[in-house]
Amino acid sequence: MAIRHQQYIGKVKQAMFHTQKTGRKRVVVSTEENVLASLDLRHGEIFWRHVLGPNDVIDGIDALGKYAVTLSSGGSILRAWNLPDGQMVWESSLQGPKHSKSLLLTNFKIEKDNVALVFSNGRLHAVSGIDGEVLWKKDFEAESLEVQKIIQPPGSDLVYVVGFGASSQFEVFQINARNGQLLKHESAPISGGFSGEVSLVSSETLVALDSTGSNLITISFHDGKISFQQTPISNLVEESFGPAVLVPSSVAGIFAIKVNAITIFIRVTGEGKLEVVEKITNETAVSDALSISEGQQAFAFVQHAGSEIHLTVKMAHDWDVNLLKERIRMDQPRGLVSKVFINNYVRTDRSHGFRALIVMEDHSLLLLQQGEIVWSREDGLASIIDVTTAELPVEKDGVSVAKVEHNLFEWLKGHLLKLKGTLMLASPEDIAAIQSIRLKSSEKSKMTRDHNGFRKLLIVLTSAKKLFALHTGDGHIVWSHLLQSLHKSEVCQQPIGLNLYQWQVPHHHAMDENPSVLVVGRCGPSLDAPGVLSFVDAYTGKELSSSSPVHSVAQVIPLPFTDSTEQRLHLLIDADQHAHLYPTTPEALGIFQREFSNIYWYSVEDDNSIIKGHALKSKCTGEAVDEFCFDTRELWSIVFPSESENIIATVTRKLNEVVHTQAKVIADHDVMYKYISRNALFVATVAPKASGEIGSVTPEESWLVAYVIDTVTGRILHRVTHHGSQGPVQAVFSENWVVYHYFNLRAHRYEMSVIEIYDQSRADNKDVLKLVLGKHNLTSPVSSYSRPEIITKSQSYFFPHSVKAIAVTSTAKGITSKQLLIGTIGDQVLALDKRFLDPRRSVNPTQAEKEEGIIPLTDSLPIIPQSYVTHALRVEGLRGIVTVPAKLESTTLVFAHGVDLFLTQLAPSRTYDSLTEDFSYALLLITIVALVAAIFVTWIWSERKELQEKWR
Amino acid sequence: MKTSKVIVAFILTLSLLSLPSLGFQSDELLVDDEEFGLEGAPQTRSPESIPTRSPPVVTPTKKRHSDLDSDSKIQFSLDHAFGDSGFAPAGTFSARLKTWSHGGQTLTKLRFSRNNFTDEEKQKFKNLLESDDFYRMRLPSNVLSPPGRDFIISSVKARCLPREGLDEHFVIHMEGTNVLAVNYGSPGSCPYPRILKLPAKWSFNSHTVLKSSDQAPRAPVFTEEILGVGGENGEGEVVQPPERSFWAKYWMYLIPLGLIVMNAITQAMNLPEEQATGQGPAQGQPSAGAVQRGPGSAVRRR
Repeated sequence: MAIRHQQYIGKVKQAMFHTQKTGRKRVVVSTEENVLASLDLRHGEIFWRHVLGPNDVIDGIDALGKYAVTLSSGGSILRAWNLPDGQMVWESSLQGPKHSKSLLLTNFKIEKDNVALVFSNGRLHAVSGIDGEVLWKKDFEAESLEVQKIIQPPGSDLVYVVGFGASSQFEVFQINARNGQLLKHESAPISGGFSGEVSLVSSETLVALDSTGSNLITISFHDGKISFQQTPISNLVEESFGPAVLVPSSVAGIFAIKVNAITIFIRVTGEGKLEVVEKITNETAVSDALSISEGQQAFAFVQHAGSEIHLTVKMAHDWDVNLLKERIRMDQPRGLVSKVFINNYVRTDRSHGFRALIVMEDHSLLLLQQGEIVWSREDGLASIIDVTTAELPVEKDGVSVAKVEHNLFEWLKGHLLKLKGTLMLASPEDIAAIQSIRLKSSEKSKMTRDHNGFRKLLIVLTSAKKLFALHTGDGHIVWSHLLQSLHKSEVCQQPIGLNLYQWQVPHHHAMDENPSVLVVGRCGPSLDAPGVLSFVDAYTGKELSSSSPVHSVAQVIPLPFTDSTEQRLHLLIDADQHAHLYPTTPEALGIFQREFSNIYWYSVEDDNSIIKGHALKSKCTGEAVDEFCFDTRELWSIVFPSESENIIATVTRKLNEVVHTQAKVIADHDVMYKYISRNALFVATVAPKASGEIGSVTPEESWLVAYVIDTVTGRILHRVTHHGSQGPVQAVFSENWVVYHYFNLRAHRYEMSVIEIYDQSRADNKDVLKLVLGKHNLTSPVSSYSRPEIITKSQSYFFPHSVKAIAVTSTAKGITSKQLLIGTIGDQVLALDKRFLDPRRSVNPTQAEKEEGIIPLTDSLPIIPQSYVTHALRVEGLRGIVTVPAKLESTTLVFAHGVDLFLTQLAPSRTYDSLTEDFSYALLLITIVALVAAIFVTWIWSERKELQEKWR
Repeated sequence: MKTSKVIVAFILTLSLLSLPSLGFQSDELLVDDEEFGLEGAPQTRSPESIPTRSPPVVTPTKKRHSDLDSDSKIQFSLDHAFGDSGFAPAGTFSARLKTWSHGGQTLTKLRFSRNNFTDEEKQKFKNLLESDDFYRMRLPSNVLSPPGRDFIISSVKARCLPREGLDEHFVIHMEGTNVLAVNYGSPGSCPYPRILKLPAKWSFNSHTVLKSSDQAPRAPVFTEEILGVGGENGEGEVVQPPERSFWAKYWMYLIPLGLIVMNAITQAMNLPEEQATGQGPAQGQPSAGAVQRGPGSAVRRR
């Protein structure tokens, strides 16, 4: 069974190049996903990688002797990693009295021992590079100090700790680096105050901005004497207006500020005099300084010019000399450069060469060298927000021929390569090319629909607002597109992507149209920020249309209606509880008006613990005439008492789930009718005290209440309290059952519970005579307003793991039995048969029940090592599991995403409707041939015998 | 049916077993789960709507505590609205507030008195029926300090209510003195499409149910011994991969093989037989005989 596993690292925060002169060229990076990885500089492959937990944010990385050190968890953990293999060498825990900024400095030695100076949690530590032992520590607890920098002038035993104290005091502490003794403490008040970052221009000079952002302050603290010099920015730049921002860098003698998107490089000369050396109007990113030889520093900056980027490397002390100036064409739009890291090497002609690692707006990582992109990594895929699927186009005759003609040259080249390969003349590059051609032409990666429905497009939206289409056959990226409509602009300051919806799924009619997806975004984190809609073609990735920031988007409800072009109707609810209909066509409006009174939805106010039900009322009565806007009204509300219950999880059934049968035949040939409602909602609440971490409350003070609610009428169908239990709750709702996972404080174990809901109102239909005479209510429409006659069955079991996500397999017709897919804490996906979570399990099932497949009751759910879907692989940082039905009823596609991506096919009841991949057709053929041969042989034999008989 | 009874019995015994360890709180919750009828309108309760559920097991417990617990009477009002109109009083609930020795407070003996529709309200209700609109109900979310955090709202299509008179059914979900939710609707079914039907009598026939949360069944805890056995059984059944038997796997090869073998055997049986009958002397050198026969037949054919 095909398995696709792709490894990513996430958006790079910091990079550190190996300085070893060995042939191995590597770079160590830390990322926003808390990954520490070592990458190959030639190809961009991962040598080794460590994913620290989501709470273990990496604050800084640096080189310490032959190790890489990372400072993480708010500066409280310092770890050293061995560079060649990524083994952790030592770990040191640095505690301190108060929370503060954490800083890491490593270019210091005490008697051959590399020492890391770490400022974190209000304390300065010196940590030995050999074993991570803390050599000395010095508290800065008493002073209300906001430390900005620790500075170690080269060639001395001094360390300066500089920062801002209370009431705009500038403070300098001079410390003996050998023993942590405080040598001198100077402070001086400054009238204008400070804001933001400071920039270090020499070991005894700093540049900062005052609190208004319009004056530059040069601070020098030579020999403990502090002197200030204020320079208004307007003196340096005539057209400056608006506050300036200091670009964080540490280049000797030069710093950069940003005023109105213009980057200005300023040189500090002698006695704190400032001099503008260059103004760049394009978007620019600046790297840190890199010392290339004794006393010489180089730094790089990248600026945008249309679809090109210009990389410039300059000497710090001489602005007029360009060490390097390159123009690089971008292969595809990747947005702005957000970070630059440079590294130097010695060229074949003994001159300095530079390579730059750049991080783009879409979180991709590129290596630039000699004016080219050597490699690129699509690390945006490490932060997927939402996933949807699209069918591939149907294979049409003639299309493939046209393609061959179009690429006649490539076709010839391919055959030549293959010929070379068979004649054993191919070089390693040729062999790689042949393999890639083979991969391309293989069945798996074809861009057309297959008979079994295994080939699909997975459309994913990443947090960098980039859309990717992944092929389920081999996992390659079919297209990627950085959404222009979700780009930062004047009207949309902080755009974020929210969700993906299938907008148009061509089905019966409108077959010629391409499917498209709807991307919903929002300008800013708050709910009432204006929303952005974008419609993207699923085959090409082109943005078909997009709306400028419109009304806010609090909720998106895909309606079960489509128009004549198979566009699905969507209802967008804004923060003021107005409903907006999309698409905005008269036809859609007509369809909508017909179903006007049958549309209900609900909203959950998490922080308030209120659930409300809504329906449509009338056209909007605002000043602007908008016929696609509707007023709504509140139909019902459920108010959880704030002192005893907080909502922690809500789950509904998947909209596209297919249920094969409503009835369930139980052991004694009786029938139970499943209560299948599209409007059922599962809600879990916990005691407010129990909202914290596991173990923070006693069992008496914590409880968990599970509800099943009908979202049309607000009727509570089922309500059950688990005393002594607490969250986090992970739940999945499918058909007529819900399974949820929580922690039982009394038993000190995780538990999983199942609730199954059966409809009693249809139980009378068992009479065959009634069925024959048509006196049954099976075909009458179900109304939520009828009082439901339901019974629920539930059971709880212990489960040995904590869980990151739960999903359930879904198949095309819903016939195949279900499996729960559980994302475990070890970042693996476990498939657990739903039969284990059957509330009808009992300790001693009868023979009839055994025949039905009921497993004897056990107190815990078994974990069978073979049922790990991911086998030995790990989907690092697992966040979500998505299942997509294939056309073949027995099979479902499972896509798990986190920092890594994982895709496989799963057959919960095994592939009963097709032969397995490892079925030996050759053996079957041989058998048939052998049989035919045997028949002939025996036939001849008997003929001959008959003949002989006759002769006798 | 039998199995479900067994399960119910099992769950019952389990919950009964767990009762003592839970203390009084669980008792209290069970006490609440009583069904009360209503009066209000001149009409009396229809006989079939008399609540049949009663918690006989718990009654003694309740009595035992009654001397410790103090009661007080409280009232809270029910408001209604026609379509999108404002809310107006529609009736009052009165109940006894029981304060338990351990500090909890619960409502018991809920009574409901429903105001009759005025002529104006009747007209409004008729309008609702005609436009198939919502009839809405409102309760405070806390009965001690109304309206509490917010009002609890419930709505029903007006056409669901009329029958003989106006039948309504309240399910009030309580947590202590807080009202979580109220489910308002007709006591029976309300088939879709809803047909317009005016009530014969403009009087309410109300049923009220007070509900509080159920206890979840505990995860079954087995003793070591049973656990071992049970676990093994369970595991055994699972681990045992539905391994197909040798026959199931290879029948397609085995059958032809068997046929060939059988064929060969019959041949082999026939061969000696025929040799024994036909060429008696040549027995022992069948191959030689065959060789001899070959050319001979060829000659003959010529």
